[in-house]
Amino acid sequence: MDFIRNIDCLRQIAREVRKDILTMLNKAGSGHTGGSLSAVELLTALFFAKLRHDPQKPCWKDRDRFILSKGHAAPVLYAILARCGYFEREELLHLRELGSRLQGHPDSKFTPGVEVPTGSLGQGLSMANGIALAARLDGLSTRVYVLLGDGEVQEGQVWEAAMTAGHYKLDNVCAILDNNGLQIDGWVKDVKNVEPLAPKWEAFGWAVLEIDGHNFGEILSALDKAEEIKGKPTIIIAHTVKGKGVSFFENKAKYHGVAPTNEELERALKELENA
Amino acid sequence: MKKASLREAYGRTLVELGRENKDIVVLDADLSGSTKTQMFAKEFPERFFNIGIAEQDMIGTAAGLAVAGKIPFASTFAIFATGRAWEQIRQSVAYAKLNVKIVASHGGITVGDDGGSHQAVEDVGLMRILPNMTVIVPADAIEMAQVIRTVAAYNGPVYVRSARIDFPVIYEGTDYKFQIGKGNILREGNDITIMAMGLMVHFALEAASLLSLQGIESRVVNMSTIKPIDRQLILNSARKTGMILTVEEHLVTGGLGSAVCEVVAEEYPVPVKRIGIKDRFGISGKPDKLLSYFHLTPQDIVAEAKQLLNSKPRLLRAVG
Ligand SMILES: Cc1ncc(C[n+]2csc(CCOP(=O)(O)OP(=O)(O)O)c2C)c(N)n1
Ligand SMILES: [Mg+2]
Repeated sequence: MDFIRNIDCLRQIAREVRKDILTMLNKAGSGHTGGSLSAVELLTALFFAKLRHDPQKPCWKDRDRFILSKGHAAPVLYAILARCGYFEREELLHLRELGSRLQGHPDSKFTPGVEVPTGSLGQGLSMANGIALAARLDGLSTRVYVLLGDGEVQEGQVWEAAMTAGHYKLDNVCAILDNNGLQIDGWVKDVKNVEPLAPKWEAFGWAVLEIDGHNFGEILSALDKAEEIKGKPTIIIAHTVKGKGVSFFENKAKYHGVAPTNEELERALKELENA
Repeated sequence: MKKASLREAYGRTLVELGRENKDIVVLDADLSGSTKTQMFAKEFPERFFNIGIAEQDMIGTAAGLAVAGKIPFASTFAIFATGRAWEQIRQSVAYAKLNVKIVASHGGITVGDDGGSHQAVEDVGLMRILPNMTVIVPADAIEMAQVIRTVAAYNGPVYVRSARIDFPVIYEGTDYKFQIGKGNILREGNDITIMAMGLMVHFALEAASLLSLQGIESRVVNMSTIKPIDRQLILNSARKTGMILTVEEHLVTGGLGSAVCEVVAEEYPVPVKRIGIKDRFGISGKPDKLLSYFHLTPQDIVAEAKQLLNSKPRLLRAVG
């Protein structure tokens, strides 16, 4: 796909993606609102301005890969894949329906553009490493991006995988941490603190970049910079707001896993329109 | 009696496959000396990944390699492969339907001295219940080599269980060709069918010789593929001999015995007796002592066979 680097254009896309997310979740009547909205700018920047991919040829061998390790944020991925042209936007309205290609959590068996199934937290980085090792063996220029949740990194496997990527110096792996501060039971710092994050990843052999995960300028420059860092994997710790873009969803643990009601949808769409 | 190591057969075959196909990659979790993946690591260091003591990460990494078109073989002890990493196998391998081969050593109680913590008695059950998964338990080193070649050419998730100890060689000098999903009749008889997996296949053959001395003729089947199970052969045996004895170095729940019962119960009910480990974990001891302790010897098979034969009229009345 041709890259869009114009920040106004990207903002425009992000706004439309948010509308799609809310609409599809409302239609489905269930699903994960907060963690989808916090990752909109990150995924928009990635898919429209960084990832070398081709919706017409989803299996192109040399493509860059994206793994949504925090698989519950499937709606943001689906909304973006549709907007990229992997399938019709109309299909978004069938999220979670029997027979739909858009499963509740990403499933590579059904959905073009989805590389691996996720949904059970903690497993995406290991798979990213495997793809990165294969790319190295094959001499491919593939870069592998993986989006982690800040609650997700409580999973032990994440740190096994962090150690693996550090050990094998997988500079073709770029993790992005959606650091929205919330998990299901409340604030991450209260449930089980994962900070300090940067020194942990550094100690595992990673380069660490910290950014505002809703600022396209910062996201793009971090993604560019990560590509220049050789000899080690990079993690971009993106500070985000769970539920971002809809004032009454923001920073509320409650909206982690519930879909907007009709009334909430109406208010939210208005708010986005006027933003 | 000649014995040979299944683990070494695995290591050797991996090296051969590695020479033939550059997409073969191998992963281990700090047990490459035991699992014999070290043989591959020596010849192809760039295609061998030691993931350290991190079985969950090893399975996930293997899944990623498969996504990118490699044919990963991931090895560790059976209990760590199927227990510690069960959900990674479920999500990242079976659910994803990826071309990952999990080849585990140290299945069963013949692990010996290390004790119950290291003796996988439930691994076949844990793998057999997973959709998309193929489960194979070879009976000797010759079959092991064939199995590894076959699964390398097969596209899909596979679990192969081997053992720490060497197994008596069964297939030397035969023209046996392993096929996924096909049981192998090693001896014919009309009175009873004995179906076994792994080391127990050899014991079943010994038991059949002993039974023959007493005028009882057994059909002996090597049921090396536990999933997909050979329904045809099970039903054919049920019709032919009217009863089936299953023998496995595994819990009687979840493994071969369960699989056979499922088929006959639904399609052609005949008496089935399951020999194996009964709702308990293993313990430390020498392998041969443990086999006696758990009643997994040819003599035990003979005794169970005779008991089953004696109860036939009563059981048949119950069924009829
Ligand atoms: C292994 C596993 N355990 C539990 C869950 C249930 N679960 C789904 S989302 C979630 C919280 C995730 O929090 P975080 O990673 O911070 O995601 P975000 O805030 O971005 O939504 C949990 C516990 C799961 N999907 N997988
Ligand atoms: Mg969070």
